[in-house]
Amino acid sequence: MWKFFHQMASPPHFYRIAKVLIPWFAVPGLMLIAYGTYAGLFVASPDYQQGDAFRIIYIHVPAAYLSMMAYMIMAVGGGIGLIWRLKLAHAVGAAAAPLGATFTFLALVTGSIWGRPMWGTWWEWGDPRLTSELILLFLYFGYMALRSSIDDTAKADKASSVLALVGVVNVVIVHYSVVWWSSLHQGQTLFKKGGPAMDADMLYPLLAMILGFTFLFGAMLARRLRTEVLYRERRTRWVRDLVMSPEGGL
Amino acid sequence: MFAGLLAVARRDLLLAWKRPGDVLNPLFFFAMVCTLFPLAVGPSPEQLTFSGPGVLWVAALLATLLSLNTLFMSDHEDGSLDQLLVSPQPLPVLALGKTLAHWLISGLPLVLISPLLAMTYRMPGDAMGVLMLTLFLGTICLSLLGSIGAALTVGLHRGTALLSLLILPLAMPVLLLGANTVSLAAGNEVYATGIWALGAYAVGAISLAPYATAAALRISNE
Repeated sequence: MWKFFHQMASPPHFYRIAKVLIPWFAVPGLMLIAYGTYAGLFVASPDYQQGDAFRIIYIHVPAAYLSMMAYMIMAVGGGIGLIWRLKLAHAVGAAAAPLGATFTFLALVTGSIWGRPMWGTWWEWGDPRLTSELILLFLYFGYMALRSSIDDTAKADKASSVLALVGVVNVVIVHYSVVWWSSLHQGQTLFKKGGPAMDADMLYPLLAMILGFTFLFGAMLARRLRTEVLYRERRTRWVRDLVMSPEGGL
Repeated sequence: MFAGLLAVARRDLLLAWKRPGDVLNPLFFFAMVCTLFPLAVGPSPEQLTFSGPGVLWVAALLATLLSLNTLFMSDHEDGSLDQLLVSPQPLPVLALGKTLAHWLISGLPLVLISPLLAMTYRMPGDAMGVLMLTLFLGTICLSLLGSIGAALTVGLHRGTALLSLLILPLAMPVLLLGANTVSLAAGNEVYATGIWALGAYAVGAISLAPYATAAALRISNE
């Protein structure tokens, strides 16, 4: 068990493993997304209230879920890096942040496009989830800005991990305070508690999209991590051997 | 243990006493931002009453932010920060001492002059008390949150802009709770929830933030 972790944490070993893993994430991910897109757009019946506009949830929900998942990965990676001094854990944070910010942005854009026909406006401050997602995007920007403004990688790793951990405590507070705030301003909410039960032909494509996006995220994270590891280990022996090898390091 | 805290706080207060500009600048900034808004949105009383709590709170947040980048900077430049790091006293307690001094210098004066500015916004008397109470709790939270950001960015070139980028998203719940509680009080509605939540935030920040600040100081000064 521990041997496995130590092997995974060794950069050359991880670099090789990740190469094997990427197709195992990417292929099922793309297949699930292809199924979800087809079934979501053509098979699922239109919503009785929202018509065809609801179909944007097949992008919106997975993106929103991954925006929070990526932040958790970043914070947990930072915590592991600070406590056990695993360099690879810090690299996970560095690789996950731009992906998380991208998904957050995607969730905001799709939410806003959906809001146009539903609320009649591109942006609705009264919706707590839209507002907390925006704050999450700013937290990502802060994390990346701090990371890029410290030249020393080891120092940047630790400083940004502290920030990610402080942020993760705050994300919960942000969420609840925004919910409290919007309940002051908004008479009725669009989303009823529990919500109407979803039809199976609507639900399965959504589950497929969530799973597919997660797999794809895994593949992209592994891909970014390989680059990150290679860059961080650029002065080591194994990278030099890899680059000098006949295959050219790929 | 608290001797260290008091010694650090007393030293910072003495330094501020010798350089009153550091205390007065954020205060002037606060008053000036509050003056800008009526000039921009017009002097109609209804509008001022409506926007007053929000404007005062945003101005207080920005003024606190303005004063934060000096929190560790001069200590970093003259080397006394290194002395704090190697001292046998626990670093979180020393960090709390520095934050306490920062709050006394920049937070408390804001709380004290806020009724004066609130009066120009025609805020009712009851709401003024609530404004002072929320600013009292809120500036404590902001100083503590800010000390984490200041410790992370100490010694960086682009420190000031970066500090705002780090702290503002974290400070949003404080602003939201504070400003809306005052709005509720001004509208004669039930506002206790906001006060309790701000108090809880302040207690949480006092207990947790010094550890994050201490960790950040150690990282920044490796």
